[in-house]
Amino acid sequence: MTETMKHTLLFAVVGVLILAEGATDFLFFSGSWNSALVILNMGLISAIMAIGVNIQWGFAGLFNVGIMGFTALGGLAVVLTSTPVIPEAWSSGGVSIVMALAMGALTVVSGVMITKFMAPGKARMLVLAAVMIVGFFVYRAIFDPAVGSVEAINPALQGNIGGLGLPVLLAWPAGGLLAAGAAWLIGKTALGLRSDYLAIATLGIAEIILAVLKNEDWLSRGVKNVVGLPRPMEYEVNLQADPAFLERAAFFGLDGIEASTLYVKIIYALLFTAVLLAFLWMAQMALKSPWGRMMRAIRDNETAAEAMGKDVTRRHLQIFVLGSAICGIAGAMMTTLDSQLTPGTYNPLRFTFLIWVMVIVGGSGNNFGAVLGGMLIWFFWIKVEPMGILLMELVTAGMADGSDLKAHLLASASHMRLFTMGLILLLVLRFSPRGLIPEK
Amino acid sequence: MDLLNALVALSNFVVIPGLAYGSQLALGALGVTLIYGILRFSNFAHGDTMAFGAMVTILFTWLFQSMGISFGVLPTALLALPFGIGGTILLALLTDRTVYRFYREQKAKPVIFVMVSLGVMFMMNGLVRFIIGPGDQRFADGERFIIKARTFKQMTGLNEGLAIKTTQGITVITAIIVVAVLFWFLNKTRTGKSMRAYSDNEDLALLSGINPERVVMYTWMIVAALATIAGVLYGLDKSFKPFTYFQLLLPIFASAIVGGLGNPLGAIAGGFIIAFSEVTITYAWKKVLNYSLPDSLAPDGLVQLLSTDYKFAVSFAILIVVLLFKPTGLFKGKAV
Repeated sequence: MTETMKHTLLFAVVGVLILAEGATDFLFFSGSWNSALVILNMGLISAIMAIGVNIQWGFAGLFNVGIMGFTALGGLAVVLTSTPVIPEAWSSGGVSIVMALAMGALTVVSGVMITKFMAPGKARMLVLAAVMIVGFFVYRAIFDPAVGSVEAINPALQGNIGGLGLPVLLAWPAGGLLAAGAAWLIGKTALGLRSDYLAIATLGIAEIILAVLKNEDWLSRGVKNVVGLPRPMEYEVNLQADPAFLERAAFFGLDGIEASTLYVKIIYALLFTAVLLAFLWMAQMALKSPWGRMMRAIRDNETAAEAMGKDVTRRHLQIFVLGSAICGIAGAMMTTLDSQLTPGTYNPLRFTFLIWVMVIVGGSGNNFGAVLGGMLIWFFWIKVEPMGILLMELVTAGMADGSDLKAHLLASASHMRLFTMGLILLLVLRFSPRGLIPEK
Repeated sequence: MDLLNALVALSNFVVIPGLAYGSQLALGALGVTLIYGILRFSNFAHGDTMAFGAMVTILFTWLFQSMGISFGVLPTALLALPFGIGGTILLALLTDRTVYRFYREQKAKPVIFVMVSLGVMFMMNGLVRFIIGPGDQRFADGERFIIKARTFKQMTGLNEGLAIKTTQGITVITAIIVVAVLFWFLNKTRTGKSMRAYSDNEDLALLSGINPERVVMYTWMIVAALATIAGVLYGLDKSFKPFTYFQLLLPIFASAIVGGLGNPLGAIAGGFIIAFSEVTITYAWKKVLNYSLPDSLAPDGLVQLLSTDYKFAVSFAILIVVLLFKPTGLFKGKAV
């Protein structure tokens, strides 16, 4: 069996799994096409995230565990781009907030300038400390009252600065830009560090981004969530009221409700597939290009690449920004799919480490591997729960009904997820460290 | 008098919580730093090892409570602690045997070890959730306070109360004992010396006949004990929730790196630096300032530099500053 055949077969397996989810309710499959499409859609988004991580890790060997932060920033971009403009918010405090943020940025920039241009010593420390402290208090003095007035506007529904009222599809590139900007800042400070330190730094950044989203109510409504985000297509209720749509649904032998839910999900799936294919194509082109070869050269031997005159830190920064931007776009897509931003639900295990499992299982360094890993692991992430319950029913079949152990085992089956993901990761690392579709 | 009140308020809200939290971080960071010194990788599973240790201890605490065994005024969890340590040592050795040893023999790169530790992290996290569930567990019993705020006010006649929780006292005392024993072990015993030798220079240690597998085994045992103690103390002081332990990873790593990875003394210093920075920056200083400043200067706001939710930002900022200006940490750690 040739390599290509094996890889096609692996993709076919994922396809069959998703089709089976829709077609049959045998064992852990649910037999619902809606559920199959839900898995497919999130699988596509996961695949895009995996491409982003694969660019950083597989191409350049950068160990980024702050994916959750970039995903969340993508989600924020949807709120900032596509929600309607709230004029009161801007007239009451929005401008001051922007001013305060600019003031904060100015403080940081002058801090960086001072460290760069003053000679090291006591004087520098004193000036730096003075600028930082004064800057901080000025920032808070402008910021706090402005935030108070913005959050006071219709707090039950808004209380945040609102968005630009643009079409939601524009939020996807905006999410990429936002994530890229954050990645540039992080990269500038942390990329000189060695791998473990970079990992811990990115882990911290992700937590901070999330803390900002959870607490800055003026920006993202915090844990009150932003719901009802605009969608790039018609709502189901409108479709159900549309006679032409109902007629077509009847042609396929479906009732209006099921047809409309499927229709919306299929449109999403097509959109996501288009984005995924675009990124896959770009990543493949980049990998084959001289730039991609240079990246791999840097990954495999930094010293040698540097001796050849390659600017390692700059290239690292470049690829860090690119990969993070892709994660940001995927994050924006995910928030659009959910049509809500819920900062409370972001969890590093799900949004950072699970993506890592996808990349490693799929095959680090191979874009097709990342896509395969993304889809496959996502399927299992969803399906481990019913599998676990099935397994537990099997294990506890012989036990007496009503025993505490049996009840506990059945109730805890849903926590098998993390355990299984860890097991899969360890097994792949041990027995097939190059993943399902290894790097060429 | 006002100054005394300010001092009491400061101790009550900053010094004592900071000391307790610092001790917990220091114990956690010691574990991370020992793994880094001997096995040479950043162990992402450490937070979940702490959670596992705390969980086993909680299960034994419940067992003892149901059997009617108690430790008087002290929490029963202290009686259960040795069993928790035992369970965690077993798990750590099992993980090393089944997972890490393979990569040691392969002489895998540190970043591979980190990946592997991610897998272990997932599995331990899942295991803990599977056994005890993802929810909050409170298991502190016995006397709750050493000094109650009201008693303190009556005793001294001050406006401000000083409350010292039993768990805070136990945390600090246990930490001192554990650290003393650990340093005695590392500096005086044969095994401890061979561990330090192995950490300083692996090849030289191997040449002088030190058995690396034995060193690794002892390291895991010590790390498991430290993680369990840190986890139980944290759980007694606050509460036990698997996800919180996972999140402790960041301040713990920050402590270990700020102090200098691989340097036990640095881990302790780092723990207290991180803890006190977190507490002081997220504390609302209004009360203390009201007491200590003349009325005309008394602040209007809360004088809270950052809201408590940004405590991660604090440990992170310190981490970055230290990494940029002194990459080996405050105490000289290993820079690989």
